[in-house]
Amino acid sequence: MVAKKGNKGGMGGEDAEEELTRVPLQAILLADSFATLFRPITLERPKVLLPLVNAPMIDYTLAWLESAGVDEVFVFCCAHSKQVIDYLENSKWFGQPNFSVTTIESYNSTSAGDALRLIYEKHVIRGDFILVTGDTVSNMPLTQALKEHKERRRKDSNAVMTMVIKQSKSSPITHQSRLGTEELFMAIDPETKQLLYYEDKAAALKGTISLDKALLMDNSSISLHNDKQDCYIDICSPEVLSLFTDNFDYQHLRRHFVKGLLVDDIMGYKIFTHEIHSSYAARIDNYRSYDTISKDIIQRWTYPLVPDVQFFGNSVTKLERQGMYRASDVELSRSAKIGPFTVIGSGTKIGNYTEVSNSVIGEGCVIGSDVSIDGCYIWDKVTIEDGCKLKHAIVCDGVIMKSGAVLEAGVVLSFKVIIGSRFVVPAYSKVSLLQQPVKQDSDEELEYADNSSGNIEIATLSNAAEKLEEELRTELSDSQIQSVSEVGNGGAGFIWSVSEGGHDEEWRHSVAPIPMDRLVEIIKNATDELDISNEDGNILPPSGELEPDSVNDSDEDVRDDSVQFEKEVEATFLRAVNENVKEDHVILEVNSLRLSYNLAATDCAGALFYAMMKLALDAPHGSPGELVKNVAAVITKWNKLLKYYLPSIDEEIEVILKFEEMCLESTKEYSTLFVQILHLLYDKDILEEDAILNWASEKEEADESDKLLLKQAEKFIQWLNEASEEEE
Amino acid sequence: MDFQVVVLAGGFSKTLVPLVSKDVPKALLPVANRPVLSYVLELLEQNDLKNAIVVVEGESAALLISSWISSTFVDRLNVEVTAVPEDVGTAGALRAIDHRLTARDILVVSGDLVTEILPGAVAAAHRRHDAVVTAMFCSVPVSGPSDSGSSGAKDKAKKTGRYNIVGLDPTKQFLLHIAAGAEVEKDIRVQKSILRAVGQMEIRADLMDAHMYAFKRSVLQDVLNQKETFQSLRRDVLPYLVRTQLRSELLLNGVQSDENGNGKDALQNSKILLSQLLKNASTPSFHEIYALGPAGSAPILRRTHKCCVYIANKSKYCARLNSLQAFSDINRDVVGDANHLSGYTFSAQNNIIHPSAILGSKTTVGPQCMLGEGSEMGDKCSVKKSVIGRHCRIGSNVKIVNSVVMNHVTIGDGCSIQGSIICSNVQLQERAVLKDCQVGAGFVITSGSEYKGESLAKKEKQ
Repeated sequence: MVAKKGNKGGMGGEDAEEELTRVPLQAILLADSFATLFRPITLERPKVLLPLVNAPMIDYTLAWLESAGVDEVFVFCCAHSKQVIDYLENSKWFGQPNFSVTTIESYNSTSAGDALRLIYEKHVIRGDFILVTGDTVSNMPLTQALKEHKERRRKDSNAVMTMVIKQSKSSPITHQSRLGTEELFMAIDPETKQLLYYEDKAAALKGTISLDKALLMDNSSISLHNDKQDCYIDICSPEVLSLFTDNFDYQHLRRHFVKGLLVDDIMGYKIFTHEIHSSYAARIDNYRSYDTISKDIIQRWTYPLVPDVQFFGNSVTKLERQGMYRASDVELSRSAKIGPFTVIGSGTKIGNYTEVSNSVIGEGCVIGSDVSIDGCYIWDKVTIEDGCKLKHAIVCDGVIMKSGAVLEAGVVLSFKVIIGSRFVVPAYSKVSLLQQPVKQDSDEELEYADNSSGNIEIATLSNAAEKLEEELRTELSDSQIQSVSEVGNGGAGFIWSVSEGGHDEEWRHSVAPIPMDRLVEIIKNATDELDISNEDGNILPPSGELEPDSVNDSDEDVRDDSVQFEKEVEATFLRAVNENVKEDHVILEVNSLRLSYNLAATDCAGALFYAMMKLALDAPHGSPGELVKNVAAVITKWNKLLKYYLPSIDEEIEVILKFEEMCLESTKEYSTLFVQILHLLYDKDILEEDAILNWASEKEEADESDKLLLKQAEKFIQWLNEASEEEE
Repeated sequence: MDFQVVVLAGGFSKTLVPLVSKDVPKALLPVANRPVLSYVLELLEQNDLKNAIVVVEGESAALLISSWISSTFVDRLNVEVTAVPEDVGTAGALRAIDHRLTARDILVVSGDLVTEILPGAVAAAHRRHDAVVTAMFCSVPVSGPSDSGSSGAKDKAKKTGRYNIVGLDPTKQFLLHIAAGAEVEKDIRVQKSILRAVGQMEIRADLMDAHMYAFKRSVLQDVLNQKETFQSLRRDVLPYLVRTQLRSELLLNGVQSDENGNGKDALQNSKILLSQLLKNASTPSFHEIYALGPAGSAPILRRTHKCCVYIANKSKYCARLNSLQAFSDINRDVVGDANHLSGYTFSAQNNIIHPSAILGSKTTVGPQCMLGEGSEMGDKCSVKKSVIGRHCRIGSNVKIVNSVVMNHVTIGDGCSIQGSIICSNVQLQERAVLKDCQVGAGFVITSGSEYKGESLAKKEKQ
C-alpha cells in the first residue's frame, strides 16, 4: 500500500532516520468540529455521521487516511461520542490489518485545543502526525507533504507544522469561498513556503491588511494570497500537542494556535504551507460546503471516493450517463424524469411524473407523484407525498412531507420532522422536533461565543435533546401531533428562529445558491465600502496630503497604547482599593498588564502613581490642604506597592515627571501643590533626594515654559542640596 | 513614438552640499568627468527620443544647464530647458510646464539617473497595457549605496527604509501597492479590495524606484490639476494612481468613449470592452475582469485604470545621484564595474589617462581610475580607484584612493586623500590629509592639516 511505499522511500534515503521512519504514521481525527453551524441536525446526530452522498462523512476521511498510508488513527469524540463509537465499532474500520482506529472519548472538551490537550496527556502520539477533522474529504497523497515536513524539521526543529492549502479564489463580492468559508488572507514566503500571516475572520471593516514591516527585513519578497483555501489538513510535529498544553488558552486551531505561533517571536516556531494542485481536499464546514463538496463528489473530483467505487460504508451505485448514479434496486416510474448529477440510493421508490435534478436521494425513500426536487439532499427513509416541491433543501432521515408541501430554498428539515399538507416552509428556515435552545448566559457561552463553539451548550443540550426526543416519540404517537402546528396541519416540528442579526448571514452558509438580488445588493455595498475605505485615507499612507496625518496617527498608536495601559492600571488599582485586594495580587496584575502592552517597568511606576493621585483627587476634599491629606493617606496606605515599582532612581524620576505632567496637563489642581506633595513623597521615602536632584538638573536645560514647576520647587531643592552638603 | 520626454534635472540640491555650488547645479556634477545629465540625454538619444524638456529648478541653474546642453548636444537633441521655481517638487514642476505637454504619453526621467536601462523598454511596456502610469524599478544595485562603508548590514531597519515596498501581481506586470520603505512606520498596509481582485500579490522590498515613469498625458494633467496639494510624483501621484486603480476617479472611460466617437452609456461600454477582450483572445488582466463585474450579474461598469511596472534586469546598472554617498559610488562604478556606461575606451590597465595628462616618474595610476585632460602629476604619486578631473596640478608623493577630484584642483606635495570628494578649484597645500571628506569648490586647505569625515566649504557669499 501507499503507506509502505512512503516508508520505504524514507528508509532508503537516510539510515540515521531509520528509527524515526519506523514509527507508524499516526493521525488525529477530531470527530467534533466544535461548531454549531449544522444545527439543528447536529443536536441529534454528530456531524461526522451525517451522510454525504449517502455515506457518512467520517468514512470519507478514514478511507482517505487509510489510502494515504496512515497506520494509526485516533478518533477524538466529544459531542454524541456514543453514537460515533457505536458506529465505528459496527463498521469495518475496526480490525483492519494495517490500519488501526482507536477512539478517545471526552465529555467536557469544548474546543480543538481541549481535545489536543487531552490527547497529549494520553501520550499516544510518538512522532509527526496528521491532524484532520472528521469532515474532511480528500484524495491527496501525503507522501510528498510528509517528506517536505520531515526535511524541514531536520534543518530547523522549530518548523512544527505544515498546513495544506489549495488554490481557490474566494469571490471578491461575497468575500467567501465556494465552500462558504470566510475569505482568507495569507502571506507566504515564496521560497521557503513559510506562513507569515493568516487572517481568516474578515477583521471586518478594515479595508487593509497590516503586515509587520519586520517581515520584509528577513524576506525581500512576500506573497500575499487571497486565492488560497485552507484545507484544514495539518501535518504536525509532536511539539504541537505540548504547545497546546503550554498555552492553555489556545482553543481554536487557526484563530488561536496558528495566529499565536505567528505572533510569538520568542519561541520562533514556524508554520509552513504545502500547496496541492491536482488532488482534492476540502472540509465540510457549513451547509454551503456540504452542497459544494457533494457536487464535487458526484462530479468525481474526489476519485476514488465516488459513489460507484466501493470504499467502506457506502453501497455501490451504478454510474449512468450524465453523471447519474443509481442503486440497482430503485423503483422508478417510467414517467419520472431524473436529471443529471443525481444520486439515488437503494430501495427508493419514485412515483409518476416526478422530476429530480442535481440532487442526492438516500436509501429507502418513498417519493410520490408530481414531485419536483431540485438541488436537494434527501437522506434515508424520507417520505415525500404527491405534489411536493423541494428546492435546495436538506431533508434528514425519517422526514415526512405531506402532499403539496413546499420547501423554499435553503430549508433544513431535521430528523423525523413532519411537514403538514400544503404547508410552505419559508426560505432558510430550519425545522426540528427539538425546540430551539434558549440562549444561555453562562460565562462559557460568552467566552466562546465568537469562536462559534458553544460546546458546553451542546453537551447539556444533547442530553436534554435525548430526553425531549423520547418524550416526543411517546407524545407523537398520540394525538399530540395535531397540536404541533408550527409546520402546518398535521405537521410536527419547530421552526427555529434565526438569531438576531444572523438572518443576513443565513444565505452565506446555506445550501441554496446565493440569490441574485442579494448579489446585487452586496456589490452595491462593496462599492460603497470601497469608497469609504478610500475616503478614510488615513489607512492608506503615504499620500501627500495625508502624510502629516498619518505620521501623527502612528504616534498616537503608541500613545494610545500607553494611555490604554494607564487606564487599565488605574482600573486595577481602583479595584484593589475597593475590594481590598492584596498588594501581591495587584503587583501580579500590573505586571501582566505591562507584558501585554509591552511597556517598561518605569511605565508601571508612572501609571500606578497616576492612579493613586487620581484616587486622592477623586476623594472628597474641600481645600487644597485636604487634598494633600488625601494624598498622604493614599500614599501611606499603598506605600509598599508603589515602592515595589521604584527599585531604582530611574523609576523615581519617572514618577516625578509623571507628576509634573499631571500638574501641567490633566489635573491642574495639583499644580499649586507640587512642592508640598513632592516634599511629602520625600518624607514618605517614596522619592530619594538623588532622584529629585537629578530631575532638577535634567530640567535645568529645558525650555522656560517647562521650568514652571521647577521654579516652584526651587527652595525645596535648595534645601535638599544644603542638607546633602551638611551631611557631607 | 508619440512620447514626450521630461527630464527633471533639479536645481541646487541641498543634500549634495558642498558638492553643488552656485556654479555647479546638481545636473552638472561630474560622473567620470562629464555631467551626470549627459548620461540621461545620451540614453534618450540612443532611443531616438529626441524631443525633451529639461526642467530645472531656479533660473540661474537653468541658464548654466542650458548653456552646457547647447554646447554639447547641439544638432543631436532637440532639448528645451525650462526653469521652474525652486521647491515646487516633481509634481509641481510638471504642473508648471503643463501647457507644454502635448503628446499622448509623457516619459518623466530624473536627471540624476545613471543607467543603461533603455527608456524605450519602459515606453513599450506602458503602451502594451495602455496603462496610465508605468514605473520602472530596478533591483537594488549590488555595489550600490546599500553595502558601502558606514551603514553595513547591521541596521536592518535602515535597509528596508531605503527602498520601496512594492506589491506586484503574479505576472510582475502590474503595480498593486507602493510605499516608500522609510515612510512605513511599522505595518505594511495593503488594500484588501485589490488583493481580492488579483488574488495574489507579491510584496517585494528589494526593488528601487528608478524615477523613470511613463504617464498617460491626459491622466497626468487631470491628477495634477485636481489634486493641487500633490507635490511629488513618487510620494503623491504614483501612490494615488496605484491606490485608486480599481476605483478610478479619472475620466478615463470618458476619454476612451470620446475616442470611440461619442459618449456611450455604461452598458454599451462594457459590451465593447467584452468584445474587445474576446477579439484579442488574450487573457484579460484583472482590471478588465474586475471592470466587468461578477459574471452573471447586471453589468456595473467599474472604472479602472492600470498601473504597470517595468522591472529591469538584475544585471543592468541603475543608480541615482541623490546623495554624497551615491556620488562617490556612481563615480567609482562608472570607471569600475559599470565602465561600459562611461563611453570611454579603457586602456589595457583598465583605466583612462587622457593623452594630454602628464605623469611624473614612478607615479602609478591603478585600474579603475580616470585622469582627465591636461592634468599633471608629480613624482611617486599613487592613484587608486579614483577619478581626477581636468587640468589638475598634483604635486609629488600624493596618494589618492577611492576619491573623486574635480577640475582645476591643486594638490600640494605629500598630500593624502582617501574616500573624499574634492570639488573644482580647491587648493590643498602640502601634506594635507583628508579622509572621508567633502571639500566644496574653491576651498583652501592649509598645509599639514588633517581632516576626517568632514564637510568643508567656503562660506557662501550672498
